[in-house]
Amino acid sequence: MVDVPYDRIAGIPPAEAPDVELYHPKSWLTRYVFSQDAKVIAIQYSLTASAIGLVALVLSWLMRLQLGFPGTFSFIDANQYLQFITMHGMIMVIYLLTALFLGGFGNYLIPLMVGARDMVFPYVNMLSYWIYLLAVLVLASTFFVPGGPTGAGWTLYPPQAILSGTPGQDWGIVLMLSSLILFIIGFTMGGLNYVVTVLQARTRGMTLMRLPLTVWGIFTATVMALLAFPALFVGSVMMLLDRLLGTSFFMPSLVEMGQLSKYGGGSPLLFQHLFWFFGHPEVYIVALPAFGIVSDLISTHARKNIFGYRMMVWAIVAIGALSFVVWAHHMYVSGMYPYFGYFFATTTLIIAIPTALKVYNWVLTLWRGNIHLTPPMLFALGFIVTFVNGGLTGLFLGNVVVDVPLSDTMFVVAHFHMVMGVAPIMVVLGAIYHWYPKVTGRMLNDVLGKFHFWVTFLGAYLIFFPMHYLGLLGVPRRYFELGEAAFIPPSAHSLNEFITVVALTVGFAQMVFLFNLAWSLFEGAPSGGNPWRATTLEWQTPETPPGHGNWGKELPIVYRWAYDYSVPGAAEDFIPQNQPPTTGAVQGATP
Amino acid sequence: MSAVILFLAVIAVIAGWWLSQQRLTAKPWLEAGPIDDFPGTDATTWPAAKVGLGVFLAVAGSLFALFISAYSMRMNMADWRTMPVPTVLWFNTGVLVLSSVALQWAYVATRRNDIDGVIVGLLAGGAAAITFLAGQLVAWQQLSAAGYFVASNPANAFFYMITAVHGLHLTGGLVALGRTTAKVWHRNAATDEMHLSIELCAIYWHFLLLVWLVLLGLLTGWTNDFVDICRQLLS
Amino acid sequence: MAVALLLLLVAIGSVLFHLYSPWWWTPIATNWSYIDQTINITFWITGFVFTAVVAFMAYCVFRFHHREGRQADYNPENKKLEWWLSVGTGVGVAAMLAPGLVVWHQFVTVPADATEIEVMGQQWQWSFRLPGKDGRLGTSDVRNINPDNPMGLNRDDPHGQDDVVVENGDLHLPIGKPVKVLLRSVDVLHDFYVPEFRAKMDMVPGMVTYFWIRPIRTGTFDVLCAELCGAAHYQMRAKVIIEEESDYHAWLDQQKTFAELSGPTAVVRATYQSGGK
Repeated sequence: MVDVPYDRIAGIPPAEAPDVELYHPKSWLTRYVFSQDAKVIAIQYSLTASAIGLVALVLSWLMRLQLGFPGTFSFIDANQYLQFITMHGMIMVIYLLTALFLGGFGNYLIPLMVGARDMVFPYVNMLSYWIYLLAVLVLASTFFVPGGPTGAGWTLYPPQAILSGTPGQDWGIVLMLSSLILFIIGFTMGGLNYVVTVLQARTRGMTLMRLPLTVWGIFTATVMALLAFPALFVGSVMMLLDRLLGTSFFMPSLVEMGQLSKYGGGSPLLFQHLFWFFGHPEVYIVALPAFGIVSDLISTHARKNIFGYRMMVWAIVAIGALSFVVWAHHMYVSGMYPYFGYFFATTTLIIAIPTALKVYNWVLTLWRGNIHLTPPMLFALGFIVTFVNGGLTGLFLGNVVVDVPLSDTMFVVAHFHMVMGVAPIMVVLGAIYHWYPKVTGRMLNDVLGKFHFWVTFLGAYLIFFPMHYLGLLGVPRRYFELGEAAFIPPSAHSLNEFITVVALTVGFAQMVFLFNLAWSLFEGAPSGGNPWRATTLEWQTPETPPGHGNWGKELPIVYRWAYDYSVPGAAEDFIPQNQPPTTGAVQGATP
Repeated sequence: MSAVILFLAVIAVIAGWWLSQQRLTAKPWLEAGPIDDFPGTDATTWPAAKVGLGVFLAVAGSLFALFISAYSMRMNMADWRTMPVPTVLWFNTGVLVLSSVALQWAYVATRRNDIDGVIVGLLAGGAAAITFLAGQLVAWQQLSAAGYFVASNPANAFFYMITAVHGLHLTGGLVALGRTTAKVWHRNAATDEMHLSIELCAIYWHFLLLVWLVLLGLLTGWTNDFVDICRQLLS
Repeated sequence: MAVALLLLLVAIGSVLFHLYSPWWWTPIATNWSYIDQTINITFWITGFVFTAVVAFMAYCVFRFHHREGRQADYNPENKKLEWWLSVGTGVGVAAMLAPGLVVWHQFVTVPADATEIEVMGQQWQWSFRLPGKDGRLGTSDVRNINPDNPMGLNRDDPHGQDDVVVENGDLHLPIGKPVKVLLRSVDVLHDFYVPEFRAKMDMVPGMVTYFWIRPIRTGTFDVLCAELCGAAHYQMRAKVIIEEESDYHAWLDQQKTFAELSGPTAVVRATYQSGGK
């Protein structure tokens, strides 16, 4: 290490504290409801996303009940089943994961981690949340309109999505598309904040290479989301016009219920291109924040710097860029020009290399570490197992010819649930255990946390690992019931029953977690400001939970990277980012 | 999807250039110390609003590039019938150019601290923009009177949709322009904040003018001819 | 300790499950065993990586979990190790991609002697069409569809008159002959999916897609729809029967051609119309 003599630091002017810029709340309403404080907005985002996520969780139980015990539950019919899968998928991918990682974690962590007082455009940030809430309400309202929510599958493929053979064709699809358009407008407002805050509001000394990987992940994901969501916007607007005004962007000449329809000439594949041009980056929009957060969890709880920080940063950027040229691997059997297959298979498998490197660096960080098996660390380990599993099955589906027999089977369902369902949720849960003390000032209960981890991790693995083999057997996805098929043995039905039972168990284990969240808010052990003895700035705030403006009078000054754990010769096994270097190796308490 | 890929390639070049200035190959664990030792790596001193506008323009650019991609894929289908371009579009284009020029003039006037000039420029720019929007509505009316309805052909549908999206962006800009004008009017003096607001309005206007010219080229078929010529030159 | 064991158990359990799973792909009925082999290669490579990563992690947890007085290493990076791992990963990826692309090339290259047949999807049933004596399929259009002409064939096309039309029945194919399956839909997306064929492709209204196969064993196979197509998606079934050449021809001779099916009504209509004038 190159240490800089202390006297050279004395000349640095303290970072200014432009207090006038702060939007101090004046009443209860502006403090907790129409707040412009990123931390409050983060909590609003998280609670809304979790609430609608719970709806999606209940939908998954209903789907599993039908799949595990077909014919037993008379209150689920084929139409409803399709509505359940559609709403479950859309909510989980967009309204839960995207909103939670970027709107929730992004809002809370970015200003704190880069040493800013708040987001740069607090008013726009507040609007972002309220538009998101409106989008969620519009989405939820489809459960109560005539015909119910759309049952077109979360991919909303035309022509099916707007024709009469699909449930929710009259109101459901219109409201779904409107909700997506609202979501994208709201997200763009938030996204501008996250990007510009990282670009412009970093505190003194916070160079890009001193940013924690969490910020790198969320930042890159936001940039991608800003550029990719317009594709969904364009697709939604065009489909809405097809549905409401009778244009034929995506609608070819076709026979609807025995009658030649008014449509003609359109291209269903055009929608698929637009959808997946958004849809594939979306996978990484969820994955990159998870990558970033899990890097910080592993490093902090193994008391060791993240291995290969530079490679981790480059990999995030490379993955972000590459993910824009792989979209058509979702369309190998869509009927598109078959020679595209060579290109997209190659780019898809190339993206595996930076991703694999990230995995190696996570496990190499554990090597010769000092691993504290706290709940955040356990969830991080669970993430690695499920992510590696789901990532490797992605190599099956990305390799064009292997995708041919496996596409549209349960193998695909198992793959994407493992890689972008279970794995990011592992990170979300680990992150909640990790940052809950900063948000509330109290620790979550450790024993309940470990119980929660093991049931969730082992349960989720038992649900989705065997499911791949149903797909290998040939069981198609989105089937209300399998019916008579010679190739499906009775044992497949038993496996479905088993999966359902485990899914319900895992679902109920989440209630333990909710209880823990509520109980610890009042009864949890006080955490102090930095319970995990972490280096990053959010743990160095003068108050816990941080007050409005985060930093008191003066902004912190950053002197080192985010991973000075177990530095040889240091008095403690961590050195906060805002601790100035000293001439000798002797470190005192934080000045 | 080639239009949007091309657009993203431009964005990638800009992002790559910026990242290359950020010492991404440095070994941060060897570089503990105050920032003065590593000049040029701190946050820039640009105003946040300007950077924010830049990012927003990238998003809007991506949106329009995607519309153009969709347009160019859909126009290859058999049922495409090119639509005549209403003459009023040429008038509208001229008005939009004037609008952009007026805002640029207002921006130049702020630097001379010429408040009257600023107000005249802002008002003229706003009036021209409103005229443009009205002119677009006239174009819609003429087309539908001539029987070119939104659902009768995809070319028509794209025309109505793309002009509507462009018009909405301009309407949003008018809100910002209105607020800026009101502020200048009331204070009767140009503060730094107003300088910035006027500059941002001008940038946004130039962007929308550029987008409109590209869209006009697309809707009139010039872009197509141009691409064909390029293709012939290459082969 | 328990954590390390459980992680190891996940890795070993996964491998054992893979080896002893009663759920495995259906016995193949076409020439696409290359696809199965590519899947096998992928299973070997990915299985190795998965086991290695999880086992390494379990070992780290076992060996380096927190004890009083333990100090972690300070080791920011190891360029050499990272490069070697990248190169190794690249080799593994290439080992999966290369055979995949070779087989894909075969998949999209239809042999010249393949017979064209047509499968048409609609909500929610399958129809099939086989070329007649002239060996060619006639043209079709969605706008021609009516109760007399469920597949929308073009009445003026001479090639279409002898086409064999099987509406809502089973498809028969001879063994050993390459077949190019043309796929078309009249309403929404469908996907002609026979698990034993391995090959499948979406059917898109407004276009004709295809795949090709050469059946290698006789039998009766289920046809399912693999692309969500509305409320009765799961009930959209048919059967494909692969049989010896002679059986196939016996079946074919019993089928009605398009001209036979639509002939009488077409004639009646023609007279009616001319009578009207």
